[in-house]
Amino acid sequence: MRRVALILAPWLVLIAGWYGIHYSGLINPALVPTPHAVAQRFVELVQTRLPLDILMSTRRVFIGVLSGTVLAVPVGFVLGWYPNVRHFIDPLINFFRALPPIALIPLVIVYFGVDELAKIVILFYASFFAGVIVMYEGISQISPIYVRVSRTLGATDSEIFRKVIVPLAVPHMLTALRVALGVAWATLVASELIAAQQGLGALIQNAGSFFQLDIIYVGIICIGFIALFMDLALRAIARRLVSWQERIA
Amino acid sequence: MTEPRVRIKFDQVSVQFPAQSGMMRVVDDVSYAVRDREFVSVIGPSGCGKTTMMNMVAGFMQPSSGTVTLDGRPIKGPGPDRGVIFQEYGVFPWLTVKQNIAFGLTLRANRTSAAEREEICSRYMQLMGLSDFADAWPRMLSGGMRQRLALARAYAVKPQFLLMDEPFGALDAQTRTAMQDLLLDVLAAEGKTVMLITHSVEEAVYLSHRIIVMTARPTRIREIIDVPFPYPRDAGLHETPAFGELRAHVRQLVMQEYAQQAKQRQSQSN
Repeated sequence: MRRVALILAPWLVLIAGWYGIHYSGLINPALVPTPHAVAQRFVELVQTRLPLDILMSTRRVFIGVLSGTVLAVPVGFVLGWYPNVRHFIDPLINFFRALPPIALIPLVIVYFGVDELAKIVILFYASFFAGVIVMYEGISQISPIYVRVSRTLGATDSEIFRKVIVPLAVPHMLTALRVALGVAWATLVASELIAAQQGLGALIQNAGSFFQLDIIYVGIICIGFIALFMDLALRAIARRLVSWQERIA
Repeated sequence: MTEPRVRIKFDQVSVQFPAQSGMMRVVDDVSYAVRDREFVSVIGPSGCGKTTMMNMVAGFMQPSSGTVTLDGRPIKGPGPDRGVIFQEYGVFPWLTVKQNIAFGLTLRANRTSAAEREEICSRYMQLMGLSDFADAWPRMLSGGMRQRLALARAYAVKPQFLLMDEPFGALDAQTRTAMQDLLLDVLAAEGKTVMLITHSVEEAVYLSHRIIVMTARPTRIREIIDVPFPYPRDAGLHETPAFGELRAHVRQLVMQEYAQQAKQRQSQSN
């Protein structure tokens, strides 16, 4: 009961603050729709286009993050495990990581068109570079003592990989996934700038053109909550998978 | 009575590392033999190359010249015949206490049946006082318990040799004494050939058949000391005059080497 209250409190403060700004007179009230107006708009949209928007966006994020992470894990592993490789590849990784995905949109349109593939490519790009860094930083911090101990117990190279390296890499994989997920949601609106008809980013874009501020708020809040729930789900999985760790990041 | 056979043999062993000012000699022309079921301690100033010597027996490194042999054969790499206890224990944090002990037994090198594994695990958990923590994660254990777990894990694969690198260094005085007695008990039950790297004179005299005192870098053998006290030993030994005399002798040698090392450092920094 107390726990629920504690979790709800900051949200209620946020909503109260929102009302406060609306009625304060400091800002033209037309520029800040009230929470209940946004809620009403949400109810309307749920009956029309919102479910499809959510589905499309979630699907894009899901595919982008999954494909990005699937590649980031082995690449990050190699970079983390072989310092010599890292030495040469690191600047390259950081070069691409520093490029904001939005800056690539014109190029992506040229090379991949304006279809579903183009949006997934952007999300893939964002997820891959976010994930690869987390993965290799984590792997390179694995203490060599565990490998040495296993060798003295008679482990072969393949046994060391399966029974020592993989378990130690799992927490880093999950962190890479979480970071990629966060970055992907952040990039979603940008990727849906590419002539998207559906998706939360498209919803926000269209509403912006018609100055429908309440719809913009609905879109933003939806993105926030979906990202939050995905993160919670991932953390629940992490807690089961790496319960041996001191704390789950 | 005939002398037990030689198991580990250092024959004119030298080790050098590349350093800023040319090659740095860490171990210099060391020769000695460890016999079957002997407990040998290696003691000397810190950073003198004791761990280097253990690493050669463990198979983690090769001498630059000379040979280190095990039952007459040069050591090629690590193996389950030589259990190693590291200074930092190296207990696997992702496995429970029981899984840690069983780890070696699940490897192809020492494959055992599930029933046998179960039997070995519970035997060592009992011996090391870990039975109540079978399913606990290592992070929940105290330093002394982690130490015992590392020991149990090494023992489970039945090594003939035990190589220990300052295994009790991180423990408080009481735990340390308890661990030393536990080690003696376990060794009495299952004879093993032991090489212990330590900087504690007290520990070396209490546990060993022989103590090898090393010099400051480059490490040579300063003196090999026979410890005449019969086993089984117990804590009362610490209080006997003979123990005190021997301890004083060893301590004097070690202190001289520390002083020598300090002098070297000073002349280097000038």
